[in-house]
Amino acid sequence: MTAIPRNDAAGLLGRMWLIRAFEEKASELFARGEISGLLHLGIGQEGSAVGTCSALRSDDLVFGAHRSHAHAIAKGADIERLMAELAGRTSGYCRGKGGSMHISAPEVGFVTATGVVAGNLPLALGGALTAMSSGSDSVSVAFFGDGAGQTGGFHESLNLAALWQMPIVFLCENNGFAEFSPLSAHTVVEHLANYARVYDMPAVTVAGNDILAVRDAVDVAVDRARSGGGPTFVECLTHRLRGHYEGDPAKYRESISSAEWKALDPINRFVDSHRDELSAIASDIEADARRVVALATEAALAAPPAPASGVASEVYAS
Amino acid sequence: MTARRYIDAITTALADALESDPAVVLLGEDVTYGGPFGATKGLVDRFGEHRVRDTPISEATIMGMAVGAAATGLRPVVEVMFADFVTLAMDQLVNHAAKLHYMTGGLLRIPLTIRVQGGVGGLMGAHHSQSLESWLTHVPGLKVVAPAFPNDAETLLRSAIDDDNPVVYLEHRGLYWNRSQETARSPSGAIVRRPGTDVTLASYSKMVHSALEAAARLEVAGVSAEVVDLRWLAPLDLAALVASTAKTGRLVVAHEAVRTGGFGAEIAAEVHARAWGGLRAPIERVAAPFAPVGAARALEDAYTPGPESIVEAAMRTIEANIPQPRRRPDAP
Repeated sequence: MTAIPRNDAAGLLGRMWLIRAFEEKASELFARGEISGLLHLGIGQEGSAVGTCSALRSDDLVFGAHRSHAHAIAKGADIERLMAELAGRTSGYCRGKGGSMHISAPEVGFVTATGVVAGNLPLALGGALTAMSSGSDSVSVAFFGDGAGQTGGFHESLNLAALWQMPIVFLCENNGFAEFSPLSAHTVVEHLANYARVYDMPAVTVAGNDILAVRDAVDVAVDRARSGGGPTFVECLTHRLRGHYEGDPAKYRESISSAEWKALDPINRFVDSHRDELSAIASDIEADARRVVALATEAALAAPPAPASGVASEVYAS
Repeated sequence: MTARRYIDAITTALADALESDPAVVLLGEDVTYGGPFGATKGLVDRFGEHRVRDTPISEATIMGMAVGAAATGLRPVVEVMFADFVTLAMDQLVNHAAKLHYMTGGLLRIPLTIRVQGGVGGLMGAHHSQSLESWLTHVPGLKVVAPAFPNDAETLLRSAIDDDNPVVYLEHRGLYWNRSQETARSPSGAIVRRPGTDVTLASYSKMVHSALEAAARLEVAGVSAEVVDLRWLAPLDLAALVASTAKTGRLVVAHEAVRTGGFGAEIAAEVHARAWGGLRAPIERVAAPFAPVGAARALEDAYTPGPESIVEAAMRTIEANIPQPRRRPDAP
C-alpha cells in the first residue's frame, strides 16, 4: 500500500474505512476463535491514525503501542500480512512470532509496536537519533495512549527529546481510559499536552476524531521536526468504541448512545464535512474496503499456521 | 614498555570502533568527561559530540533509545555506570533489545553493546557492588561477555560491537588497572588459562585471577588445577568446560555473584548432565553469601569470595574421592 494522497478526500475516507473494516473483521475472527490472544482494537480512533500518517513521508518512522493495527495500516502496511500475523500464520509480517501487539512493517516505515505501555517512546527517540546521526531529515512518531503519561519513561523521553531537540512527534491518543480505569483515577492532569509544556516543548490538543484537525496539527509538528525545530506533542482527544481488549465487557464505563457516537465517529464526521465530494461515493468506499478486507482475510487464513519448529529459531541474528 | 591496562584496552576498542564504522555512537552518563573511571576519556575530542553523547540520568530511556537506534541503522554502545543501575533499564533490555529480532520474525536486528561496570570492591555498598549477570543470562536474545584480561577486554569489546545482537559487556572495576599480558586469542569461546589434571576451576571476569592464584597455591599442595576462563556466559562454551571436567573429574565454579540462582548453578547442572559418569566429586560452587553487599570493610571482605575459598572447595573435591571411572553394568 502507498502513502495516502494528501488532498484526496476519497483516499482519506478509504483508509479510515480500511481500518474500520479490518478491525471489525478481526473482532469477528476473534469471536469465531480464528484469532486468539489479546486483541486490542482501535475502532473509533481511525481519525488520529490516518490524520497523522497522511502527514508523513514513507521514510518517516512510526513506533506503535499495543493498540496499533490502525497505525500500521495508516502507514501503509499490507493488510493480508497483518491479518495473517494476527491469526498466527507463516505469511504474517512476523511469521506468527509477534501477533497483534508486535507488528513490524519496516518496509513502509512502521518499525515496531510494543506490549509495554510507553515502551515505544524511547524506541522512537532511537529512530530520531538515527536520523540525527545519519544526516537524514526523516521524522519519528510515537503513538501512545493517555495511560502512558504516568510512566517514568514518558517523562524521561519528553525531557531528552526536548534537550536534544530531536526530530520526533509524540502522538497521544487520549481516549480517556487507561486499560479499565478512567484517566481521572490515574492522574489529576486532564490533558497530557500539559506535561510537554513543562519541558518547553510545543504542544497542542486537538479533536482526535477530526481527521483534518489531526493532520493540520501533525503537519506543523512534522515541519518543525524536519527543519531542525525539535519535538512536538500532539494530543488527540478521541474515543475507544470497544473495551480494552476483545472480550472485555467494559462494565467500568457508561456505554455511549448511538446518537452521541454518530457525532463523534471520525468517519461520519469526515463524510458530513465533505458532503459535496463524498456523499455520492461514501457507501461504495465502505463496500470496497470491506471487500478488500474480506479477500485479504481469506488469503491470510489460507496460509499455513506458524509451525512449532520455529519455537527457538531467530532468538539470535546470525 | 609497560603493558597497557584493562581500561586502556576498552578505550582503544571504542576508538577503533568509532574510527572504523560511522554507525557507532557512544551514549551514557558523563561519557564525554570519561565516565567515573575514564574509559571514554578523550573520545569526544577525537570523534565529536554527535558520536559521543552525554545523556541525562535516565537509564530506561537511554536503553530504549539505543534499541530504537539499533533497529533503524545505528550501532550504539551504551555505558551503564554501575551494574546496579541496569535494573532501571531492564524493561527495555529484556522486552525490546532481547526480543525484537524474535518477535518480528527476524525483520529487525539490534546491534547494540551495553557496557556495564560492576563488581565488588572499594567499599561502595549495596547499590554499587552487585553482580547481576544471571539476571541477564536468563533472557533469550541477550549475549553476555565478561573479559578478565586486557587483551580480551579489547578483542571481546570489538567483537560485541560488531555483533548484530544485543551484547552485555561486563567490566569489573577491580580489573581496570590490571596489566596482565595474556596472549590475544580468538574472540569466541572459553580459554584454558592454566592446564592441569586433578581439578577444573571455572570462572569469568575478576574471579579468573582468584582461580589462577588458587591454582598456584594448590600446586604447592600437590594438586594440579586447570583454570578455564569462560569469557562468554551467553553463549556458553559448554563443550570446553565438559572436556576439561571429563579430563580432571572435578569441577569448581567460582563467581562473585551470590550463590542462590547464580550462574554457577546453571553451569553445575549442565556439566553434571553431560559429564556425570566421569565425576569424582560433587561439583562445588564458590560464590558470595545470599546477602546484599555491606559497606563496612569487614562486611565487604566477608562477602567477597577469593582464592582461599576456591582452594578449600578444590580440596573438598579431592577429598571426596569417588572411584573413577564408573563402569557400565555390562562392562567386562
